[in-house]
Amino acid sequence: MAGRTLFDKIWDDHVVISPEGEPTLLYVDLHLIHEVTSPQAFDGLRLHGRPVRRPDRTLATADHNVPTDPLSVPVLDPISRRQLDVLEENCREYGITLFPRGHENQGIVHVIGPELGVTQPGMVIVCGDSHTSTHGAFGSLAFGIGTSEVEHVLATQTIPQQRPRTMSVTVEGELPEGVEAKDVALAIIQTLGTGGGAGYVIEYRGPVIRALSMEGRMTICNMSIEAGARAGLVAVDDTTIEYLRGRPGVPSDEAFDVRADQWRTLTTDDDAMFDAEIVIDANTLSPYMTWGTNPAQVAPVNGVVPEPVDDADRRSLEYMALTPGTRLRDVPVDIVFIGSCTNSRIEDLRVAARVADGQRVADGVRALIVPGSHRVKAQAEREGLDKIFLAAGFEWREPGCSMCLGMNPDQLTPGQRSASTSNRNFEGRQGRGGRTHLVSPSVAAATAIRGRFATPSEISA
Amino acid sequence: MKAVHIIEARGVPLDRSDVDTDQIIPSDWLKRVERTGFGRGLFSEWRDDPAFVLNQPEYQGAEILIGGARFGTGSSREHAVWALMDYGFTAVVASSFGDIFKNNSSKQGLVTVEVSPSALDELLALVRETPSTIITIDVAQGTIEVAEHDWRSDFSLSPMTRERLLNGWDDIGLSLRHDADIARYEAGVDIRRPSLAGLFDAEGRALQSSH
Ligand code: SF4
Repeated sequence: MAGRTLFDKIWDDHVVISPEGEPTLLYVDLHLIHEVTSPQAFDGLRLHGRPVRRPDRTLATADHNVPTDPLSVPVLDPISRRQLDVLEENCREYGITLFPRGHENQGIVHVIGPELGVTQPGMVIVCGDSHTSTHGAFGSLAFGIGTSEVEHVLATQTIPQQRPRTMSVTVEGELPEGVEAKDVALAIIQTLGTGGGAGYVIEYRGPVIRALSMEGRMTICNMSIEAGARAGLVAVDDTTIEYLRGRPGVPSDEAFDVRADQWRTLTTDDDAMFDAEIVIDANTLSPYMTWGTNPAQVAPVNGVVPEPVDDADRRSLEYMALTPGTRLRDVPVDIVFIGSCTNSRIEDLRVAARVADGQRVADGVRALIVPGSHRVKAQAEREGLDKIFLAAGFEWREPGCSMCLGMNPDQLTPGQRSASTSNRNFEGRQGRGGRTHLVSPSVAAATAIRGRFATPSEISA
Repeated sequence: MKAVHIIEARGVPLDRSDVDTDQIIPSDWLKRVERTGFGRGLFSEWRDDPAFVLNQPEYQGAEILIGGARFGTGSSREHAVWALMDYGFTAVVASSFGDIFKNNSSKQGLVTVEVSPSALDELLALVRETPSTIITIDVAQGTIEVAEHDWRSDFSLSPMTRERLLNGWDDIGLSLRHDADIARYEAGVDIRRPSLAGLFDAEGRALQSSH
C-alpha cells in the first residue's frame, strides 16, 4: 500500500461516515467561535429546539470587533456591543466557555487556541473565520466555515466535506538575514497566485519550515487561504511538541509524553504522493511587501513598483496611487499596524521591538502595536517590550483583530496608506479608501521609524 | 425544519418579475444578530405603500406568495428565505427562480413551485378575482390545484429536495440521521482526543493542567 500524507492520516481518522453520493461527514474535535459569525447559528438552534451537542468541544472568544482602547473605555458602537452581549448570552445559555473582552485568556481566536494548548496535533478544528488555517501549523486539519455550517457543527459536532486534493510546498535552502516567515508566505502566494491553492490542502515542508518556530509556521499556515487553499499543514516534530509542553490544554508529565509519542506519527510517509508539488528556494528570498490590492501582488521592499501586466494590475495601481518604477522605499506611510492573527504573537513583537529599540517613530506616522491576546500582552510586558515600544512612540493597545479588518474603531481613512502585518490588502479592508501594504513585523517596525517603507538593515546601519 | 406534505392556503398575487433578494430583504437588515424577526423587513421598500398587495386586508394571512418570472435572483443571502418564512409564507409560486434562492429555500423548508408562465397567469387571475380562493400544493405528487375551479398544474422538485421537504430534513437533520454513527465515533474519540472538559473554571480561568 502506498504511504499516506499527513492530510490523509488526519482525514481518515475523522470520517464518521461516508455515504454513497453524499459528502463525507467529518468529526470536529474543536470548534472555535466568536461574536460575528455565531449569533444566527445559535438562533437557528433555538428555532429548531436543538441543543449544542458538545459544549465541551466548543470555545468562544471576543475578538473581531472589540475596541483596543484601554479596558476602562466602554464599547461605544452599539452593533459591536450587541454582538458581544449576544455571544455572552449564548455561551451562558449553552454552557460554552467564553473569554470576553478583558479576560486573561481573551484574544484573537487563532492566537488563543495554540497558546492555551487546546489546538493539538491530529485534530480537526473549525471556526467561522477563514484564517482558521493557522492551526494547521500543529499538524491539525483546520479550516474556516460559514454561519450555517457553524450551526451544523454546534448541533452535530460534524461537518459534511468533499475530500480536497493535496499539495506540497517545499521550502528549500536557508532564509537570508532579515527574511521572516511572513516573507516566505508572501513569496508562496506570489508563486501560486490567489487562486493557485483552490481545492487543495497544502502541506509546508522542507528545511526552512523545519527550522521555523511555531509562530513562524502559524504565520505561513495562516496565509494559505490567501492562495485559495482550504487549509495549510505542517508535520509534527520536536518544535511542535516543545511548544505545547506545559500549556493549560495539555496533560502534564508522563501523560504528556504518551500523547507526544502519538503526535509524532503525524507526518507524511516517505513514499506518499501529493496531487501537486511546488518547490521554493529560500536563498532567493528577500523582505517583501505587497504593492497592490491582492496578496499575490508582491515585490521586494528594496525593489520598485512593477509595470502592470493586466487590467487588474492597473486597477490596483490606481487604487493604491502608485506609479510603476517608483522605488518602494520612497513610498511614505501614514499608519503602521503590527497585529492580527498573522503576526501578533510574542515572537513577532520581539522582532519588532529589536528594530524599534532606541529609535523614534517618524513624525506624522501613527504606529499601533496590538498584541494577539492578553497572554501575549502580559508576556511582552514581562519582557519589557511595551516600554521599548512606548519609548519609541508606538501605541501599545489591548488585544483584538483591530485594524486587520476595521470592524472596531481602528480604521484607515480614505487615502491613508498603511504598512500592516495582517493578511489582506483588499480595497477598503482596513477602512473605506484605505491603502494597505502587507509586510513582516520587522519591515513594519523599520517603516514606522523611517516614515516610508524600509528594511530593518537600514535601521541598524 | 418542519416536514411539508400538503399546503392548503390562500395566495397573494405579487405579480412582479425579477424580484431579487435585495428587494425581498434590504441589506441594512443583515446586521441583525438573530435569524428570526426578518418578516418585518420583508419587502420593506414597498411596505409603506398602502396600495402594496401585502397591505390589502383581503390577502392577510395568505401563505402562498405568487410572484412572477426569475423570483429570488441576486445575492446569496439566506436572509431572504428567513424573511419570507418569518412573515408566514410556506410556499412561493413563480415561473422561474434564482438558483441559490431555490437551494436556500429547500434547506429551510420553503416550497418553491415552478409552473409555466400561462399556468402562473391563470392562477394569478383566480386569486385576484377571488382572494379567498384556497390553493392546494401537494409536495409528494408535485401538483398545485384550485379544486373549486377545477384548475391544476404540475411542478417538479429534485428527488433530494422532495425527500427533504417530506421528511423535514435540513442539512443538520440530514446529518443527524447518522446520529448513531456520530455517537459511536464519539465514544472512541473522547479517549484519543479529549475534550476541553475540566480545563477551565466557571470564569474561564485555566485550571491546573492535569487531565
Ligand atoms: S485578525 Fe483578521 S484575519 Fe485574523 S481572525 Fe481577526 S479579522 Fe480574521
